[in-house]
Amino acid sequence: MIGFPRSVWSLAWRESRTARRRLLLYMSSISLGVAALVAIDSFSANIIQSVKDQSRALMGGDLSFDSSKPFPAAADSLFDSLSHHGIALARVTTFPSMAVVPRTAGTRFAQVRGVTDNYPFYGNIVTEPAGRWPLLRQGANAIVDPSLLTSLNARVGDMLKLGFGTFTIIASIKDVPGAAGIAEMLGPRIFIPARYIAETQLLVFGSTANRTVLAKLPAGTDPDNFVKPFKKQMENQQVRLRTVTQTEMSTTDAIENLSNFIGIVGLVALLLGGIGVASGVRAFVERKIDTVAVLRCLGASSGQVLAIYVAQAAAMGIVGAAAGAALGVAVQFILPHVLTDFLPIDVHVSLVPSAVFTGLAVGGWIALIFALRPLLALRNVSPLQTLRRDTDANVLRMRWTDAPRLLVNASLILSVVAIALTRARTTKQAFSMSAATGVAILALAASAALLSWAARKGLRTRWPYVVRQGVANLYRPGNQTRAVTLALGFGAFLVSTLYLVQHNILRRFTVAATESRGNVVFFDIQQDQERGLDSIVRSSGHEVVQVAPVVTMRISSINGKSVTEMNPATDRQPQQARPRRAPWALRREFRSTYRDKPASSETIVEGKWFSDSSLKVPRDTGEISLEDGIAKELLVKLGDIITWNVQGVDIPTRITSLRNVTWTRFEPNFFVVFAPPVLRGAPNQYVMLAQVKDPPAVALLQRAVVNRFPNVSSIDLTAIKRTVDRIVSRVSLAIRFIALFSLAVAIPVLFSAVAATGRARVREGVLLKTLGATRGQIAKILLAEYSLLGLLGGLTGMVLSIAGGWAVVRYIFKVPFAPPFAPVTGIAAVVVGLTLLIGLLAGRDVFKETPITALREV
Amino acid sequence: MLIARDVTKEYMSGEQKIAVLRDVSFAIQQGDFVAIVGPSGSGKTTLLGLLAGLDTPTRGTVVLDDSDLTTLSENDRARLRGEKVGFVFQSFQLIPTLTAQENVQVPLELRGTAGAADRARELIDRVGLTGRGHHFPTQLSGGEQQRVAIARAFANSPKILFADEPTGNLDNATGHRIFELLQSLNSEGGSTVVLVTHDISLASRASRIIRLLDGAVVEDSGAPSAKFA
Repeated sequence: MIGFPRSVWSLAWRESRTARRRLLLYMSSISLGVAALVAIDSFSANIIQSVKDQSRALMGGDLSFDSSKPFPAAADSLFDSLSHHGIALARVTTFPSMAVVPRTAGTRFAQVRGVTDNYPFYGNIVTEPAGRWPLLRQGANAIVDPSLLTSLNARVGDMLKLGFGTFTIIASIKDVPGAAGIAEMLGPRIFIPARYIAETQLLVFGSTANRTVLAKLPAGTDPDNFVKPFKKQMENQQVRLRTVTQTEMSTTDAIENLSNFIGIVGLVALLLGGIGVASGVRAFVERKIDTVAVLRCLGASSGQVLAIYVAQAAAMGIVGAAAGAALGVAVQFILPHVLTDFLPIDVHVSLVPSAVFTGLAVGGWIALIFALRPLLALRNVSPLQTLRRDTDANVLRMRWTDAPRLLVNASLILSVVAIALTRARTTKQAFSMSAATGVAILALAASAALLSWAARKGLRTRWPYVVRQGVANLYRPGNQTRAVTLALGFGAFLVSTLYLVQHNILRRFTVAATESRGNVVFFDIQQDQERGLDSIVRSSGHEVVQVAPVVTMRISSINGKSVTEMNPATDRQPQQARPRRAPWALRREFRSTYRDKPASSETIVEGKWFSDSSLKVPRDTGEISLEDGIAKELLVKLGDIITWNVQGVDIPTRITSLRNVTWTRFEPNFFVVFAPPVLRGAPNQYVMLAQVKDPPAVALLQRAVVNRFPNVSSIDLTAIKRTVDRIVSRVSLAIRFIALFSLAVAIPVLFSAVAATGRARVREGVLLKTLGATRGQIAKILLAEYSLLGLLGGLTGMVLSIAGGWAVVRYIFKVPFAPPFAPVTGIAAVVVGLTLLIGLLAGRDVFKETPITALREV
Repeated sequence: MLIARDVTKEYMSGEQKIAVLRDVSFAIQQGDFVAIVGPSGSGKTTLLGLLAGLDTPTRGTVVLDDSDLTTLSENDRARLRGEKVGFVFQSFQLIPTLTAQENVQVPLELRGTAGAADRARELIDRVGLTGRGHHFPTQLSGGEQQRVAIARAFANSPKILFADEPTGNLDNATGHRIFELLQSLNSEGGSTVVLVTHDISLASRASRIIRLLDGAVVEDSGAPSAKFA
């Protein structure tokens, strides 16, 4: 094609004159897909760069040591030796507490962070009034999240009680590096000087507290190399060691996962756009038959004809993709404002040329390859058409075995798979996605064939003429039943699947949260405080729903093999062929309980609940029930022996059942439940769930409890539920936005699909008008045809989306699936409505044209 | 110049074979002005399509300027059309998206001929449309559109021009003027003209008349001297 005279290209340009707008409209089908890809790729590149730039500030140091219990002696001596070598260390102790402001009598659950004077090494903590952070260390001062001030009705200057300690609020926090807005919703942060922690008397036996030591390494030291000599030792001591590079990696991994998901939606939008391009170009090709026949008469070869129109389509495809890329860049600049609350860093937005280029290339290619399929038919236009015009469909018919057509089909499939491979998280996912798309297209084609067949067989002569005519349009030569059903159905399928997935994922939160029986949780209750607390709750007229003993423990060995033997690897290792027990699960501190009956938020999925005998008599090897998720992480099964280290005592247990736990239900839930005799007598704390019907009474109860037992923390679940609801509604807003976005993609596709049939219908309509048909009759014919097409497309799309949604929800998100029939039917109805509307809009031409002008064209 | 030898064209209509042309044979000399006449359905247009290489016969051969069209591929026939053949259609068949002058330029541009614009302008002047070259087809009358079509047909100085009912969509007076234009181009440039028409009064002005009926030649004013046996 390249070898053609230049004049052929200028002919292509001039010939496109009036068609440019139309062609651009068809090509705009891909714009939104390109926009999504560009926006997501650019934005995640921005985030990843920002994480790299800010990772030290995110962590506050170059490396951190974390432990949920006081650091072991080995760690303390390591810290001494580090200090001795001139490495600066800062300490942060984080623990929950009830915060009380005596002036307003406000009470609120909060996260206290006791920090040493040199915290943080990197990044700035911005306060309001400005510049107060350095003053924190000067006395019993506190700097708090603004949400704490709001909820306690407090202000800077107020006194703040934490346990037995009293502090002065000297400022509120405006910005702390590395903290997302969402984190503070559950428990506002309170910074106090580390040396005043003791005054609170909150760190008693078994209290939840996390200790962190941050280290600042001399400039130029590689943190990963630096930790190598002591990393293994620290991890064996249950001290979690993280370097700044690891933080960077885990943050970017999370962002990449998220952008992969949205990227898939973008890909799907692009694919849908491709189908729009194909049907639009098909309509375009039909309009060009006469011109092509003339060109062939005038000596144009089939290659020249193809080159002219491929050049036009490619140029418009690039314009469509460029428009999409520009839109994508605009969205990229808006995203950080929308997502502020979800992001732990300040994102510096800048143009990412590689993302823009990828979007343009992928979009342009998809547009071209989808346009090529119908364009190839132009090769078959015979010059004889200038003398004797056949129907469009007959002129454009291609043989199934046509080599270029097979080639285009093959590259189309390969392109889809290739793009899916670059987007999906795993190869398997990419292939399943491509296969699902293929199945959807085949199913739609089959249902279209079925409709044509049914229309032919089912047509009854007693039906009114207009209905017969409309139904007959579905199977007559040159019908577009398959093309329209494919575009409509695929659009409905994608939009509806997205909705189903969103609905099923978010449903879990809302359903579970409303089912919760209690609304206030008290924890860190010492053994001698349980009775007192119980009586406070009951005497205030509230119900105690559940009291569960909590015993902290760690895994000592599994099936006789100790954790230290099992978990020698602490560095990031190349993937091993054999699955490994998850290190986090092996090392974590378990807060377990014991009881004789399963809780209402859990169901036994394997094995049997504790036998009567094991409930009564203590045995050498006690029985436990494990949550099924943690069992998978630990690679254990029924009958396996886990030995627990319960405050220095080894307790062997056998797994006799696995439970599925509804974690989203706000109730005390546990990974491990013991048969009571095993743990009875072990030092424990309690957690208590109470039901307080009247919301204002919650604050009163919390205050009463904190006055009597300052170490007992409580969380108002109603407040958390509100927060979760808020997050869920924001997430669903985001997903709805994506669904709406797909719908927006589907509309130009619908236009293209209907336009593909429009021309033939206008011709017929005008002929009928000449023969005396009224506007009403023609409208009814169009109505009959398009409503059947819309109905078929919508319904097939709906059925397919239920299958697709089920597969995605079940196998990718691994949650149960329940199809909400009403909204999905609604989507199908919208598709039918849109088809009718667009069909009738296309039919406007019939009414506009006078029979004579149209006949001239015929 | 143009030889048709036992040309037969058959179509399948369902199970039935229909012969549209049966054993048509004749030869046309360079510079002839031939009219093919006959009633509707007699096979005139089919014959024109075969003679111009737009289609191939079921049997028989068509030789155009020493090239046997039946042995050429579709693209070779296209190339031959571009070099040696001009067309004028009943419905003008101008490309609606191009201006009059650009329409005339098309055959030149497809071949990559230099100076296409000047040559097109010259032809536009020659057909009496000076100053109208920038108009689009819809902005021209039927007669004017047919003049543009004729200018386009002569753009490559074709050896032979095929015209399918060129006056069929025009009023009587305009039709006669168009016919005169074709005649003058024929006599000045020496191009052979093969015209299909059912207008006997126009046909009578041609140098030779071939009459078709039911797919067979029933009268040929150029025969027997030119008739190919």
